[in-house]
Amino acid sequence: MEAFTKLNGMACPLPLSSVDTDQLIPARFMKRSRAEGYGGFLLHDLRFDEAGAPRPDFPLNAPERAGAQVIVARRNFGSGSSREAAVYALVDYGIRCVIAPSFGDIFASNAVNNGLLPAKVTEADGESLIAALEDGAHDMLVDLEDCRIVVGNLSVPFTVDPVWRTKLLNGWDDIDLTMSQADAIKAFVAADVQARPWAMPRRGG
Amino acid sequence: MALVAGPRALFDKVWDAHVVVQREDGQNLLWIDRHFLHEGSFHAFDKLKGRGAEVARPDLTFGIEDHYVPTRVRDLAKIDPAIRDMIERLRGNASRHHLKLFGLDDPGQGIVHVVGPEQGLTLPGLTIVCGDSHTATHGAFGALAFGIGASEVAHVLMTQTLWQKRPKRMRINVDGKLAPGIVAKDIALSIIAAIGADGAAGHAMEYAGSSVRALSMEGRLTLCNLSIEAGGRCGMVAPDETTIAYLRGRPFAPQGADFDRAAADWLALASDADAVFDKEVSLDGSGIAPIVTWGTSPEDALPITMAVPDPDKAGDPGRAAHIRDAIDYMGLKPGQKLTDIRVDRIFIGSCTNSRIEDMRAAAAVLAGRKAQVPGLVSPGSAQVKRQAEEEGLDRIFTAAGLEWVDSGCSMCVGMNGDLVAPGERCASTTNRNFRGRQGPGSRTHLMSPAMAAAAAVTGHLTDMRPLLKGRN
Repeated sequence: MEAFTKLNGMACPLPLSSVDTDQLIPARFMKRSRAEGYGGFLLHDLRFDEAGAPRPDFPLNAPERAGAQVIVARRNFGSGSSREAAVYALVDYGIRCVIAPSFGDIFASNAVNNGLLPAKVTEADGESLIAALEDGAHDMLVDLEDCRIVVGNLSVPFTVDPVWRTKLLNGWDDIDLTMSQADAIKAFVAADVQARPWAMPRRGG
Repeated sequence: MALVAGPRALFDKVWDAHVVVQREDGQNLLWIDRHFLHEGSFHAFDKLKGRGAEVARPDLTFGIEDHYVPTRVRDLAKIDPAIRDMIERLRGNASRHHLKLFGLDDPGQGIVHVVGPEQGLTLPGLTIVCGDSHTATHGAFGALAFGIGASEVAHVLMTQTLWQKRPKRMRINVDGKLAPGIVAKDIALSIIAAIGADGAAGHAMEYAGSSVRALSMEGRLTLCNLSIEAGGRCGMVAPDETTIAYLRGRPFAPQGADFDRAAADWLALASDADAVFDKEVSLDGSGIAPIVTWGTSPEDALPITMAVPDPDKAGDPGRAAHIRDAIDYMGLKPGQKLTDIRVDRIFIGSCTNSRIEDMRAAAAVLAGRKAQVPGLVSPGSAQVKRQAEEEGLDRIFTAAGLEWVDSGCSMCVGMNGDLVAPGERCASTTNRNFRGRQGPGSRTHLMSPAMAAAAAVTGHLTDMRPLLKGRN
């Protein structure tokens, strides 16, 4: 996984609350393999009209926001389903960081597993960031080492779970880490069979 | 491994029993007792293939065809090839890795969160994961059950473990006798409206209090199912005699003396009397009315006797903007009475409300009446379907003019082609009223099965209580 330390890139305001996973990637696009790419379907039904034409008033469609790497949204971003495709859509579109006052738990954890930073800010700081972008600012610095966001003269702190921060900074992959614990897993299983004999599904059902 | 000294909550007891490794930074490697897979799991199997890895514990891994399965024609040769391909991919992966699969033709097939409990695969004190956010459902048995993404599914397939940080604990106390006709769905939507759709984010929820204790297992499953709609990744109810009675004799549950030993362990899982929670919320169960949603988030929920809110009267700009967008999308007006909202169709089903009690509650309203709008009734499993048919409920639905079909996720998520048309309004017993959830441009109002049945009978959102007068 690609490490995340500092990001200096185009930011786009998305002044919506509860941008749920069904908005991020409508279910009908989820049959494709990852190799085919999910970026074209990001926020599909908000970005495009029924005929498939881009909605001119949707922030991500503004020509000056082309190539956005950061999204700033309102509370409860990524609420809903566990579909990791919601994160694939963001990442494949080019987004590396989403800033919001709160996130769906499963979404946030999926995001970190794909190197996408879910940066939490206070509601007031979130509104200031949205206002700065709507006033014409474009470039944003997201510094994961200092947990700070800078846009123009505005500088606000953000929070991210410390474990997730370490994982993102190092680009760690959980599976390699777990494989190194094979002996501990074996010991757990041996003791657990004694402690909870009922935990195994009955053979033959 | 005693990780919390002193009194422990239900959640702590289950969590602590599964900690394989505790890292200094607070990450825990948890042992996973059950892993359920569905058609959407192909991303995880692709990752496995990429690593050339095998499934670590096929005996703890169960596949279930539910998300994409057709509900009207079960012959795969006759369905959309793209949907058939999703089902066949799961079959291929299950067979390659020697996994038990509840396929379309299995008498145990159904929605994963209905099948797990029915089969006794779901037990108290287990850790249960599935690549589906409604996995919290299984918490009704006092299991620690939560939804995971594809990367985590791949991790569990390869290791039967998962790295997790310990969430905070939140207890929801609901006390008092529920009024007649008030069900778990009304309790859950009341909780979500009270704490918000992100109110339990970062928390493990426990539902307690006399109203919860009085619920059947079916009701507790509905309650825990909706935990994620309050932002909670898991929701739990302490095992009690209701739990034990439900589990006795289930196919995959322990039997005989093994069951009695297990039951004693399970009853000891209840939170200690002086257990401490990071957050406590209390609700008066006796004051809960039938609830419906009017907007595009499950927190947009109100008693049926109320009216659509006015954005101009909302406190903060974010909330006002949400209300404005939501009522615009839903085609409603501020101040409009909820009972004046006409519907185009109804749907009774989904992992939230498709169990036998849900079927009975809907049938109690529909018996001897005609639906004014089309509607689909999809039981939660083949077993629920058989039981409902034995009780004659299917004939009540079809006599009312509703379609009685096979089991699957169906119109809750529309992946199998059961869709609400653009602009149409559906009274639905499902879990999400998100924009376009039931199909592009669809408008969803969430409610209990009896309320959806009442909407069918009148053609508009309706308080079902008068319709139940003199019945039951």
